[in-house]
Amino acid sequence: MDDLYREQIIDHYKNPRNFGPPPLKLRKGERVVAVKEANASCGDLFEISLRLQKPKAKNQKPKAIAAVRFRGVGCAISTAAFSLLTEKIKQLKAVNKIEKLNQKDMLEMLAINLSPTRIKCATLPLRALKKALRLGDSG
Amino acid sequence: MLDIQKIREDFPILHRKIHGKPFDKTQGKRLVYLDNAATSQKPRQVIEAITNYYQNHNANVHRGIHALGDEATNLYQESRAVVAKFIGAADPNELIFVRNTTEAINLVAYSWGMKYIGRDDVILTTEMEHHSNIVPWQELAGRVGARVEYVRVDEESGELDLEDLERKLELKPKLVAVVQVSNFLGSINEIARISQMVADKTAARVLVDGAQAVPHMPVDVGGLGCDFYAFSGHKMFGPMGIGGLWVRREILEEMPAFMTGGGTISQVSQKRTVFADLPDRFDAGTPNVAGAVGLKAAVEYLTQLGMRNIFEHEQQLVGQAIERLSELSFVKIYGPEDVKDRGGLVAFEVKGVHAHDVAQVLDSEAIAVRSGHHCVMPMHTKLGLAATTRASFAAYNSQDEVDRLVEGLKKVKQVFRI
Repeated sequence: MDDLYREQIIDHYKNPRNFGPPPLKLRKGERVVAVKEANASCGDLFEISLRLQKPKAKNQKPKAIAAVRFRGVGCAISTAAFSLLTEKIKQLKAVNKIEKLNQKDMLEMLAINLSPTRIKCATLPLRALKKALRLGDSG
Repeated sequence: MLDIQKIREDFPILHRKIHGKPFDKTQGKRLVYLDNAATSQKPRQVIEAITNYYQNHNANVHRGIHALGDEATNLYQESRAVVAKFIGAADPNELIFVRNTTEAINLVAYSWGMKYIGRDDVILTTEMEHHSNIVPWQELAGRVGARVEYVRVDEESGELDLEDLERKLELKPKLVAVVQVSNFLGSINEIARISQMVADKTAARVLVDGAQAVPHMPVDVGGLGCDFYAFSGHKMFGPMGIGGLWVRREILEEMPAFMTGGGTISQVSQKRTVFADLPDRFDAGTPNVAGAVGLKAAVEYLTQLGMRNIFEHEQQLVGQAIERLSELSFVKIYGPEDVKDRGGLVAFEVKGVHAHDVAQVLDSEAIAVRSGHHCVMPMHTKLGLAATTRASFAAYNSQDEVDRLVEGLKKVKQVFRI
């Protein structure tokens, strides 16, 4: 169990990366999409915000995420997961890579064994990201 | 005084080790089970009674002539009588076996509520209720055009505001539904006094959620002055899937069947059905006879320990827990400060650490607590909380388990560097 709260988790929980309000310094043609996601029964409530290009046409969706932030309140697992996910987003940049991220990737990033109850905490950021990407795609 | 060591020997699961090697329950740490408000463990006497029933006496009840059918029927009826007596019911036919407290309350909402609650009527409940004593009333109100009102709970003391109750009784509710012991705050509501207040001002019926009361203190439904009393078997050393609803006879006689079908009838034709008398009208289908047998064994076990003894023992434990938790600057306790105003449970938060993380760290020390909203979201919302952690005691918990809880919380502090 002690593995569950490894240094990495505690570090990302106490010093979450990319934590803050939406990134509002926009370049030409950019916009910000923000999505809230919650685990109501736990009281985890977060918001993810992405800065990206507005879609130019129906089949010209944004190619890259220019900036990502998150904010909110939650347990150590969901906060650390969110922090790690935003780092991954910054690393990958390309939407076609980011949209392929899945539960397995989340668990690998966290590098811990999670019980079924806690997996919901780990995947909350992913759910938020997917919703935000869909919003980013829409006109 | 309870002999804790002797009691613990009766509960096989308490000898389990946790987080040892996989499939080897003899390795790891000794289980500290502090989640009794969620469900209690079972003494071997209860487990054996159920096994014995299936090994030697199992048959369907009521409808048979053969020997086994007779034995099963007698066991079932004996169980009803024993459980009814345990809660102070005058007549075993006033006790309906249900699955659990939630089913009991739903039964009242459907069977009694649909008949007696109408448009613009008020159902009065409280801010501290478990969802099972809120949602069925919201649903009923929605169906019949009534409304639900809530008696205020004081945020500081965790106690019901009886002055607010007095005021809200002016609304002339048809039903007052109240919990006897809060599974979150631990507050004990003075049901007898509340029933009297209700009777003095209104013609309302009183329903009591006794899920956290029956397992932990002597209960006498007559003395409480209420009309409906609901409780769960699995919280009182009994099996899951059995519970009780006590209803005052004159009311029960006028209530239509809840679930209908086999067992509830005296005559069925294609044109019409004549329903059975009590208690059969409320025993639809094959009952949980094994569950009733287990519950009887649980009641006998509790009786042998003595409900007053159990209550005092838990008071001691929760008193120690509150005292020691109060010494931890990073822990905040909810509910009445004074032990004599609360039952044997305490919910708290660790400042800066989410309740789930607290429970996770405690689990690493084999300490079982519950974290979340405990099915009491409205009260959590009122206190500005998303989730809390709760430790709840039973007769087999000991003082050194309180010590282990405190040590576990110190580990939380260490892990999260708070």
